[in-house]
This record gives sequence, structure tokens and C-alpha cells, in this order.
Amino acid sequence: MKHSVALFTLLMAVWLLNSGHYTPLIIGFGVASCLFVVWLARRMEIVDDEALPIHLLARLPRYLPWLALEVVKSNLDVARRILTPGRPDVSPRLFDAPTTQHTDLGRVLYANSITLTPGTVSIRVHGAAITVHAIAEDVADSLLEGGMDRRVSRLEGEPR
Amino acid sequence: MAHPVEVLSWICILVGSLFVIIGGIGLLRLPDFYTRIHAAGITDTLGAWLILLGLMLHEGFTLNAAKLATLLFFLLATSPLGSHALAKAAFLRGLDPLQGRELADRHEVDDSE
Repeated sequence: MKHSVALFTLLMAVWLLNSGHYTPLIIGFGVASCLFVVWLARRMEIVDDEALPIHLLARLPRYLPWLALEVVKSNLDVARRILTPGRPDVSPRLFDAPTTQHTDLGRVLYANSITLTPGTVSIRVHGAAITVHAIAEDVADSLLEGGMDRRVSRLEGEPR
Repeated sequence: MAHPVEVLSWICILVGSLFVIIGGIGLLRLPDFYTRIHAAGITDTLGAWLILLGLMLHEGFTLNAAKLATLLFFLLATSPLGSHALAKAAFLRGLDPLQGRELADRHEVDDSE
């Protein structure tokens, strides 16, 4: 039920933001269509912790600014590598990064954070490891230090 | 004298555009498919973020700014998905990435020409 309310709120917010017409009739259409989508989603049994990770919301404000800062830093690093005169400063590496998350959702968050950061792309998840392509040896080494992995695990929280 | 927020907005848009151009240069300069994905990553992240931020500053507290904020959110959620799908498709088709040492070997061959 909690998840259905969250889904309805999210859909309604998107609908109101994109509509711009605030008359009772039009808003009525919005409410009706959002309720219809919630009903469909419940029928498909996709309204759960994985589709709507509302249990992460409280810890997200700590993780997102850190991730944004990491992304900015690695943007500057990759830009420098690209613009290095002569030859771009790259030494690509393919490697497996271990993960410490205990749910699929946690691993997805970690893999997406890796990909969002320029300089590292996650290629596949097999078992508890993620195959990563890094643009340079030292980029790979700093990922393997595990700072991001620990932060995603903290975001994910304790096993429930 | 232009309003300071307006100046900030233009700085964001111009620096964002600069990063988009750097991403483009990266696509041309980097040696193989996988390294080029990293260059596209610059365009997808800081380039797009700064341009959207600049547009939001330009708009102020309006409905349009809120729409731009949702755009930022959807970009944040979907752009890694696109990069990952490309990389995974290439990897599963058996395209081997150039790695540190091979790259050096290749450059030696290039130099001898």
C-alpha cells in the first residue's frame, strides 16, 4: 500500500509539472489516468521495493552530493586525458570489481554509479562482481580502493 | 550591467558547451570503441548538467525550471543505461578492448611507420 501511494504521488507530480492546465476537469483526467496506471502496475505485480525504493529516500541526500562531486572530478580528469597534447593520456584496463551489496538493487545502483562516472563503464554483472572498463590504470586502481562500493552499501542499508 | 544570476546562467551554459565540445574531441582522438564511451560520458554528465543548470538559473522559480529539474532527474537515471547497453552489446559480440600494454605496442608500430 505504501508503495502504491508513493507511485501515485510520483505519477501525479510528473503529470502536474508537465500539464500546466489547472482546471478541475483536466486535473480530474490526471487523477483518473494516474489511478489507472497504479492499478495496472499492481496487476503486473511490479509495485515493490525494487521498483520504488522508498526505503532509500532518507539516505539518498547523503549519497547524491558525494556522487555528483565524484562525477565532476572524474569529468575534469577525463577531459585532461583527452586534451593531453600529442597522444591522449589513456591506458585502458578491463577488470572485475568486487561488490559488497547484498541485494540486486544495491548492485544495480553501484553499477550505474560506476557508469555515470566518466572514465569507468560497467560492462556486465556476474555473480557478486562487476566487469568494468576503465580509461586508465590509475582510474581503475582508485575504483578498486572501494570507496564508492562502501558508500553504495551504506546507502543500501542493513539486510532486512 | 547584467543581473548577476543572468551572468552565472551564461557561464554555466558556456562551460557546459565547452564540455560537450571536449566530449566530441574525445570521440575523435581516443583509440577504440570502449575508450570513446568515456568521452561520450563527459557530454552526458557535466556537459548536459551545466547547460540544464544554466537554463534553470535563466528561468528562475517557474514551472519551466521545475520541468528542467525533472529532465535532469531522467537524464541522471537513463544516461548510464545507454552507455552500459552499448558497452555490453560490444562486449558480448566479442569486441576486445585495447588494454594498456597493447595500446603501447600499437603506438610503437605507428611510430616506426
